[in-house]
Amino acid sequence: MSSIQQPNAEVFLSEADDLLAELEAGLLDLETRPEDADQINRVFRALHTIKGSGAVFGFDHVAAFTHQVENAFQRVRDGEAPVSPDLLEVTLVSLDHIRSLLQNEDEPEREAWITARLGALWQKAPDGPSDADTAARPKNTAPSAPEAGAPHSWHIRLTLAPDVMAFGTNCLRLLDEVKTLGPCITIGLPDAIPPLAEMDPEACYMAWDIFLTTDQPRSAIDDIFLFVADGATIRIEPIEPDDVPQRLGEILVDRGDITATTVAATLERQRPLGELLVGSGDVSSERVVSALVEQRARAQGTATANGAAAGGTDGARSTIRVQAERLDSLMDLVGELVIAQARLTRLSGETDNPHLRDVAEDIERLSTDLRETTMGIRMVPIATLFGRFRRVVRDVSRDLGKTVDLTMEGEESELDKTVIERLNDPLVHLIRNCIDHGLETTEERVRLGKPAHGHVHLSAAHSGTQVLIRVSDDGRGMNCDAIRAKAEERGLLAPDAVLSDSELLAYVFHPGFSTAREVNAVSGRGVGMDVVKRTIDSLRGTIEMSSTPGQGTTVTLRLPLTLAIIDGLLVRVGRGHYVIPLSAVEECVELPAATRQAKDGCDFLNIRDTLVPFLWLRELFQAEPPPDAHQKIVVAAAEGARIGLVVDQVVGQHQTVIKSLGRILAHVRDFSGATILGDGTVALIIDVPRLVKMRPPAGSGDERRPTATEAHP
Amino acid sequence: MTHAAPTPVSAPGPSLAAHGAADSETHTVLSMALAGTVFALETAIVLEVLDVVPLSPVPNGGAFVKGLLNVRGKVVPVVELRARLGLTTESERTVDSRIVVLSVPMDGEDTLVGIMADKVHGVVDIDTARLSDPPAVGISWRAEFVKSISRRDDGFIVILDVEKVFGVDGDTGR
Repeated sequence: MSSIQQPNAEVFLSEADDLLAELEAGLLDLETRPEDADQINRVFRALHTIKGSGAVFGFDHVAAFTHQVENAFQRVRDGEAPVSPDLLEVTLVSLDHIRSLLQNEDEPEREAWITARLGALWQKAPDGPSDADTAARPKNTAPSAPEAGAPHSWHIRLTLAPDVMAFGTNCLRLLDEVKTLGPCITIGLPDAIPPLAEMDPEACYMAWDIFLTTDQPRSAIDDIFLFVADGATIRIEPIEPDDVPQRLGEILVDRGDITATTVAATLERQRPLGELLVGSGDVSSERVVSALVEQRARAQGTATANGAAAGGTDGARSTIRVQAERLDSLMDLVGELVIAQARLTRLSGETDNPHLRDVAEDIERLSTDLRETTMGIRMVPIATLFGRFRRVVRDVSRDLGKTVDLTMEGEESELDKTVIERLNDPLVHLIRNCIDHGLETTEERVRLGKPAHGHVHLSAAHSGTQVLIRVSDDGRGMNCDAIRAKAEERGLLAPDAVLSDSELLAYVFHPGFSTAREVNAVSGRGVGMDVVKRTIDSLRGTIEMSSTPGQGTTVTLRLPLTLAIIDGLLVRVGRGHYVIPLSAVEECVELPAATRQAKDGCDFLNIRDTLVPFLWLRELFQAEPPPDAHQKIVVAAAEGARIGLVVDQVVGQHQTVIKSLGRILAHVRDFSGATILGDGTVALIIDVPRLVKMRPPAGSGDERRPTATEAHP
Repeated sequence: MTHAAPTPVSAPGPSLAAHGAADSETHTVLSMALAGTVFALETAIVLEVLDVVPLSPVPNGGAFVKGLLNVRGKVVPVVELRARLGLTTESERTVDSRIVVLSVPMDGEDTLVGIMADKVHGVVDIDTARLSDPPAVGISWRAEFVKSISRRDDGFIVILDVEKVFGVDGDTGR
């Protein structure tokens, strides 16, 4: 970095991140549709903004380097060079290079390589001058013509031929047509209208000043006046945003409406300039108004340009950039508020003061709304995550010499930002696995009668309070026999154990288990599957794998929508309070008095003619005091089945701020977190699916060791 | 729950900042008793000392974990060091018993944890020049958890290496 970064460089860095993603998406789209002008513009705009903002924020090196790449694309945009695979390749590498530069990692060798490649591309292109910046300009535009695409302001002085109406031209139509290009201000200039006696009713005496802001190129304006140009004086000039807004006098002089000396002489009289000029008859009042409009247009242009440079904010989208830490602290505060609110509700319930209850209910409603709004702010569409994988697929498949089609669905599903960020690495690993180990080589696929292109599918879908993310391929599938052999070899599995395929596949996630790559005898890279599983676990999610030999493998991740706050059902078991996530709760029923406690801690209950197994939480949790006379059963859904949990008391619904259990309690499997209750005590949050998994009602072979009550070493 | 009268602990001194910088600096530690042994922790990691209050139980949490405590809106696990340190003596909870809340770096993150102490003596200055490495034999503590031993006029103070005490994965279920 050659110059000192400005303090708000972070704004640029996060903006650049988005721009690079945009650039990447555009480039990848161009690979399949090289002729797509929209994508070419998208790429160009991204490059241009990176360059511009980079320079503003002191990333001079980035700006200079991006300039080279931008030049290459300018030629493409102007139709002087085609989108070649070479160009896309170099640009993608350049993108990586910009990313490195932004992180202050300079790689001069790579830069030299890119520059050389870009240079080579120039030579190949016909009539390729070394500096595209000037050559690329279309000839009919003024030297300072703005770029198409970006909105720009024009000043049009329109004086039509006197006989134009005689030829059937409707001047109003003409002006309306100009309006279709964009917002414009039109000022009629009636100076030339003669006294009534001298007037030819069929002649056009009017002239107009038109201030037009449009994203259309100048040629679009020219087209409108194409048929009235004969005998007319049409002056079209771009209004450049000025650093210092131009004075009225300067504008009038520039236009040739008055001379500089008139202005100077007038100014000496110390009255508003426009008024004086009109009064002295040097210029008509309409012309002054018109000049004032131009002055304002220029000032606005300057303000807009400054705004864009300073904040990089896009006026079209009304979004603001907020630091993630601020969101986190907002979430923390909302969490504290929810806890305080729970305390208030409890207190108000203990008194007979109806006014206090009213207030408590209001606060409860408000805090619920606030909580939901805050959570909404943190939600990010999963497309931001999926979008990154196109590049991963492209690079990995190219490195391995396989052709892979990537399809996606459900990218609009939203997930908590924290979850999205932490999902990146596991998903990259899963996708790499798909391509590396899952998909066969092209020759093998052809031999097997499969489509030559391998297929990787990413999908996301909401399911209750969870999001399901699937990564599937149509490759060879997992070799269950090999996994079994490996598990037995490692002593993880008894040779005679009977396991379903999905249970067997779960061994792939076992720490220390030689992951799929060894089973398939292909070398891999990146983190192992156990790390994937650990990350998903830490997000309170689950991971499952299913596979059909010869047809492919699907990995399903189930993730909670958010990590911060849930609605919970507060229950009491013994003297401890616990929270069951309300999303899992289906109903609460009375424990029939006749039901005897079964010895194995598990029994069945007949609920509306369905057998529902249930667990005695008192036993599981070793609660000490004698059970309540009227125990309840909370029926919860877990892993697609229903399970009853016997509790001493159902206390009520409770907004639960999830606090992580931390490293010390990482070994406690029955609970996904803890929360603080209204009275300040701590309650654990029951992880129903895991609780059930640990203690399968049928007593089938489970890998869990005896309950963790054994003394530690 | 009210946190009855937290005993103020002197503000973390420059002891940690000076760690390793100068050899003859004094070191402030919080000295406490557990199972008849006097041991100490660097004051820099001690957040507060609380009276013993009822804890929320952690079913199947193991012998190490006594329960959970709300410390100013944070859920803090309170642990029993006795077994971890290899001390077998049982001790009753008395009026002197305290919960000492620590901030321990684990995996690069400062984690809050409470430990049970039979008694908290107070903050003691220790001359780093009089520190010695833990002896290989002769103490009932698990030596790997002892950072150093300070000789004093009236005996020894064992200074715990909390990062090791909590860093070992020995207690976890997996």
